[in-house]
Amino acid sequence: MIAGLLGGAADISPGQVVLQALDWLPLVDLHSGLAPVEQGLLYEIRLPRVLLAAVVGGLLAVAGAGYQGVFRNPLADPYLLGAAAGAGLTATVVIVLVPAGVVAVPVAAFAGAFGGVLLAYALGNTAGRSGGTATLVLAGVAVTSFLTAIQSFIQQFKVEELQRIYSWIMGDVSGGWEQVRLVLPYAAVSSVLLLLHGRMLDVLSVGDEEATSLGVRAGRVRLAVLLAASLATAAAVAVSGLIGFVGIVIPHVARRLAGGSYRIVLPLSLLGGAAFLVLADVVARTVIAPAELPIGVVTMFVGAPFFVGVLRMTRRSAP
Amino acid sequence: MTRPTPGGPSPAASGSATHETPADGSAAGPVIGAAAVSVRLGERRVLDRVDLSVRPGEWLAVVGPNGAGKSTLLKAVMGLLAHDGEITLGGRPAGALRPRDRARLVAYAPQTPALPPDMTVFDYALLGRTPYIPYLGRESHRDREITASVLDRLDLTGLAARRAGELSGGERQRAVLARALAQQAPVLLLDEPTTALDLGHQQQVLELVDRLRLADGLTVVTTLHDLTLAGQYADTLLLLADGRVAAAGRPAEVLTEDLVGRHFGAGVKVQPGPDGRPVVHLVRGGPTA
Repeated sequence: MIAGLLGGAADISPGQVVLQALDWLPLVDLHSGLAPVEQGLLYEIRLPRVLLAAVVGGLLAVAGAGYQGVFRNPLADPYLLGAAAGAGLTATVVIVLVPAGVVAVPVAAFAGAFGGVLLAYALGNTAGRSGGTATLVLAGVAVTSFLTAIQSFIQQFKVEELQRIYSWIMGDVSGGWEQVRLVLPYAAVSSVLLLLHGRMLDVLSVGDEEATSLGVRAGRVRLAVLLAASLATAAAVAVSGLIGFVGIVIPHVARRLAGGSYRIVLPLSLLGGAAFLVLADVVARTVIAPAELPIGVVTMFVGAPFFVGVLRMTRRSAP
Repeated sequence: MTRPTPGGPSPAASGSATHETPADGSAAGPVIGAAAVSVRLGERRVLDRVDLSVRPGEWLAVVGPNGAGKSTLLKAVMGLLAHDGEITLGGRPAGALRPRDRARLVAYAPQTPALPPDMTVFDYALLGRTPYIPYLGRESHRDREITASVLDRLDLTGLAARRAGELSGGERQRAVLARALAQQAPVLLLDEPTTALDLGHQQQVLELVDRLRLADGLTVVTTLHDLTLAGQYADTLLLLADGRVAAAGRPAEVLTEDLVGRHFGAGVKVQPGPDGRPVVHLVRGGPTA
């Protein structure tokens, strides 16, 4: 985690200099003793922001890797199972009902993300008794469309809150220390759980029948990883809103670089996701400075073309 | 060569005697026993009261026409399918075995094994050690040693770092065997191990299985669609047709022109080969000839 933060920050500082924008991110230098006046500001606003970006990015990426392992589908991502839609719905409801409820939004989003996943899981299990991965994905799609529809419906009635809803949906990592403290315990539990399951995901990758013949209860492993990944997603969504594509892009890059074993892909995704989102945040803050671009726009701008590329590649190499 | 004891009871008859033998199966009792095993898929009965008894060190080949239930039988024995009737492994009811214990007793290779294309041959073979590694634990040094020695035995050491997606058909099959052998289970269940292999590679794989089972005293159960090959390598054949046991016994007893003709709907001529084992020839002109 720390390596990812430093790596990200270190990568950025030369870019910052070239851009000659506000010198926001030479964090490492500042802490080593320079710039006395801005130190407070940096500590109160920028450091938590970088940390939050790193935590959220790492969580989304490692959750994405986990989902991809569980579904044996390279296009699975943290929002697949209705997590995003659930979070979007409950956050919208809270924003509409509690006009000043800044603190309530993350809590509601967390509950919504988790609820969405549970709903999809329950639905997938009753629809296909075998608990196959395809039915689960389809259930996730159904839950997502349904919850999104409700959310849009509510949105139409509260046009005056549209700005707040919109900015939350597009993602934001400027929550400050409070949000960092909020997310950290969940981040720690979920990512440790996911990292521990690397070997089990390798076993699952040979298919359920063979995994069973190797003495693994495939259903249980899948449920454990799903829960951990959904916890990670919910935690990330709660403090940052909806930041798309990190969960797909980063695990794929990790896989390209380090081969197919989840024992490497998972930790690499965690670090890569952290670094990527710190970088994306810097871009979001500087491209149209002094205004800010929503961070979700940046990640999707990179993510969408990448997604298409992955699609093309997987179709070509499909057995 | 391990042969069924002369004059021994038919597998069907001996199957019922397995229940009282609580031994570990290495001594006298059958290492795999099945009594009246039925499997239903939807409305269809894929297996219908199949009895089975495999002795330690025996090679049993399950043969039969397409859709006869050969793979289903293997899956039922492996515990991958819900079934009626009773299956014993090593003298104990299969249902009472913990999955890990079952995996230490029986290794299974499906007809079309999924080899993750990005996984290296070594990592793939290492998966065979899964039943010995704690749930969230790491493999031990010994697990890696055993895997390496299995790769060495199968001449795969040079390919250990190769990605599975880059292997040829014969190499894939050997990698799957390596994974199964790394499991160090006394019983191997191989579903069509020669599928999609050319003649030379078919022979290579079957010779390999034969050598390994004689060296390690393994019990082998394979499904094979090539009757002559099945007759060449197996000690005992089990002919399934429509989910039922149509015949069981030594190759010469099962591979008769009458039985094969009837259950495969094929016109064949069966002749003893050089070693006395039956060789099945297709006869031009079809079953009516």
